[in-house]
Amino acid sequence: MKISIERGTLLKAVSQAQSVVERRNTIPILANVLIEAEGDTVQFRATDLDIEVVDKAPAQVERAGATTVAATTLHEIVRKLPDGALVTLTDDGASGRLTVEAGRSNFSLATLPKEDFPVMASSEYASNFSAPAPVLRRLFDKSKFAISTEETRYYLNGVYMHVSDADGGKVLRCVATDGHRLARIDADLPSGAADMPGVIVPRKTVGELRKLLDDDDMQIAVSVSETKVRFATPDITLTSKVIDGTFPDYTRVIPAGNTRKLEVDAAEFAQAVDRVATVSSERSRAVKLALDEDRLVLSVNAPDSGAAEEELAVAYGDERLEIGFNAKYLLEIASQVDRENAVFMFNSAGDPTLMREGNDTTAVYVVMPMRV
Amino acid sequence: MPALCRDCLTQFETGRRCPSCGSARVVSHPELFDLTIAHMDCDAFYASVEKRDNPALANKPVIIGGGKRGVVSTACYVARIRGVKSAMPMFKALELCPDAVVVRPRMQVYAEVSRQIRTMMDELTPDIEPLSLDEAFMDLGGTMRLHGAAPAVMLARLVRRMRTELGLTGSIGLSHNKFLAKVASDLDKPHGFSVIGKAETDTFLHDKPVRLIWGIGPAAQASLEKAGIRTFADLLRWDQQDLSARFGSMGYRLWHLARGQDKRRVTAHAPMKSISNETTFFEDTGNPDILDGHLWRMSEKVSDRAKAKDLAGRVVTLKLKRADHSLISRRLALRDATQMADTIYATARGLFDQVGAQGPYRLLGVGISDLVAAEAADLSGDLLDPRAAQRRKAERATDEIRKRFGSEAILKGRAMR
Repeated sequence: MKISIERGTLLKAVSQAQSVVERRNTIPILANVLIEAEGDTVQFRATDLDIEVVDKAPAQVERAGATTVAATTLHEIVRKLPDGALVTLTDDGASGRLTVEAGRSNFSLATLPKEDFPVMASSEYASNFSAPAPVLRRLFDKSKFAISTEETRYYLNGVYMHVSDADGGKVLRCVATDGHRLARIDADLPSGAADMPGVIVPRKTVGELRKLLDDDDMQIAVSVSETKVRFATPDITLTSKVIDGTFPDYTRVIPAGNTRKLEVDAAEFAQAVDRVATVSSERSRAVKLALDEDRLVLSVNAPDSGAAEEELAVAYGDERLEIGFNAKYLLEIASQVDRENAVFMFNSAGDPTLMREGNDTTAVYVVMPMRV
Repeated sequence: MPALCRDCLTQFETGRRCPSCGSARVVSHPELFDLTIAHMDCDAFYASVEKRDNPALANKPVIIGGGKRGVVSTACYVARIRGVKSAMPMFKALELCPDAVVVRPRMQVYAEVSRQIRTMMDELTPDIEPLSLDEAFMDLGGTMRLHGAAPAVMLARLVRRMRTELGLTGSIGLSHNKFLAKVASDLDKPHGFSVIGKAETDTFLHDKPVRLIWGIGPAAQASLEKAGIRTFADLLRWDQQDLSARFGSMGYRLWHLARGQDKRRVTAHAPMKSISNETTFFEDTGNPDILDGHLWRMSEKVSDRAKAKDLAGRVVTLKLKRADHSLISRRLALRDATQMADTIYATARGLFDQVGAQGPYRLLGVGISDLVAAEAADLSGDLLDPRAAQRRKAERATDEIRKRFGSEAILKGRAMR
């Protein structure tokens, strides 16, 4: 194999591939990226056995062929090469080395045989549809903070992407929860997605997917089966196993009968929460919300370190209410609001509270209160 | 050299026998009346209590432990001569000593006797640090004028009282710090009284193996041996940085202990680090129902103890021992500390399900650690388990009922498995 490729193009392709590679590997080949050159493209493939990413880039292929080389090493080298450099990758097949040349720099990297590289079995996808990048970006960006890290509840370690009924008909919905807070984000159902099976997209896949979604004009081809999900742009294909488990019935978690409504400027609210929480060093800082006629008092009382209080002008017309929350959770959901006021719907100090942006029901958050 | 008769408490200058009562049970040491830190350890405590309460056992080998399975918790001295040791599997103990009388532990009785001993110790000093039911550190510093007698005299009197009033014997170690006091109490068991003075500390320790140090078990011993450290003399050759670099905080402690230095105070309020309970089964089992029952009972015991101490834990630990004695242990950090049996059980159950069927098992244990005050615990609920709040209320109500009508008054069905 011998190819020449522009440094910027190469860096983009290799960096997407190397981020899938686990830093600590017991199987040496999994630390490598498979490079395949043919026609006028070169293809980089990396996997951790659960996720596989294939990144295509245009290149001048002098001699077709394939080999594997340590992903992080190659990435580091390319990153350090000067911008605009032309990089030549040569593998003579006999020496077991890949030569990387650019200008006066010359590297020789150990390779492993391409036959040893595990290629994810292709599968039949039950559903194939296309969705604009900004739609998927919103679905995952607004839900991923609620993904659980608890291994005993592995079925919560991802975002549940499925088709659901909403007021205006069927929607594409993403839900994540860790038992303390929940995010439910809806988007218009893309055509062809109606039969999509519900899948739990693992946390790491969500992170990798995000890198495909930066371009507002990009259409993402989505393929879903019971066991796998695939997101593809013309250049990059990300295939991932989904979490083999049943996502709990989240619908009963979302309170429908909460009537006490608080409307507050989300940014102001978040800043105030952040300020009062400063006095407590505890891991689970509780912030108390005391609500009265158009008035909200946020307070933190940490017996060992101090106390803080801040008052906000809000819209609230119900009876007095005192309720506590984990400060971090409040901050996280408040920071999801970017256009209108945050609307909180309370029931009692012991019941889950609902939060949404204005009257927009396509992004709904639920947070469990804390005893204060 | 100052000397003391341990029978009649007469103080005198040198001599093998007491000039007053003629007893040979004499302790003499140049620093006898100057040392203040003591360690008292009852002799074969559980077994001695059983022999006291049942004179028919007096000359028989007695082993306290749980049935045919399980381990020896205490062996009397008759059984110890035959090689029976604490923590030895019961079947092995019975191989060594087939005629042993195995007695099931009566923890409540032992706890009561322990309280009686504690009352006697309270008269000596407020600085008592119990290590278990049958041993404690005491700091008698500054009590000389109060008692009108040196600590050594008061300690000899304590042991004499234990024997005459409770029918039990104990061994005393007297020295200038906790480490050496504990070492000393073990030198002359049973019914001993040993002294390690300041002047002789270095020569005493010099050739002793490092396993003498409390907390140096087989694993630590092996890692020390790898570094060529077997005796205190070996330790002395290391400088402080090297020891710390190699063994971390233990290295720092070892450097000081090698020189007979131990600055830890005798304090009753050593903070508790974890609460756990474990049980060895009558026979190995992989039956998920039976194991589930044990899981619940252990969780409930841990919860009861946590509630009694107003503590809660952020970390739940599950411990399983397979039939071949290999150990599986799993832990999970909770978002919200808990003292509720329901939550401890649910968490341990989740860990258990993760481990899967690697049984049969011989032992199961549940514990909590990273302890916090109860008021900082169980603050939030679980969105996905809306009934958890109700179950917590039910548990609190159950606790109230059990407080009034006894611990058997109300049980979960699961506890009967």
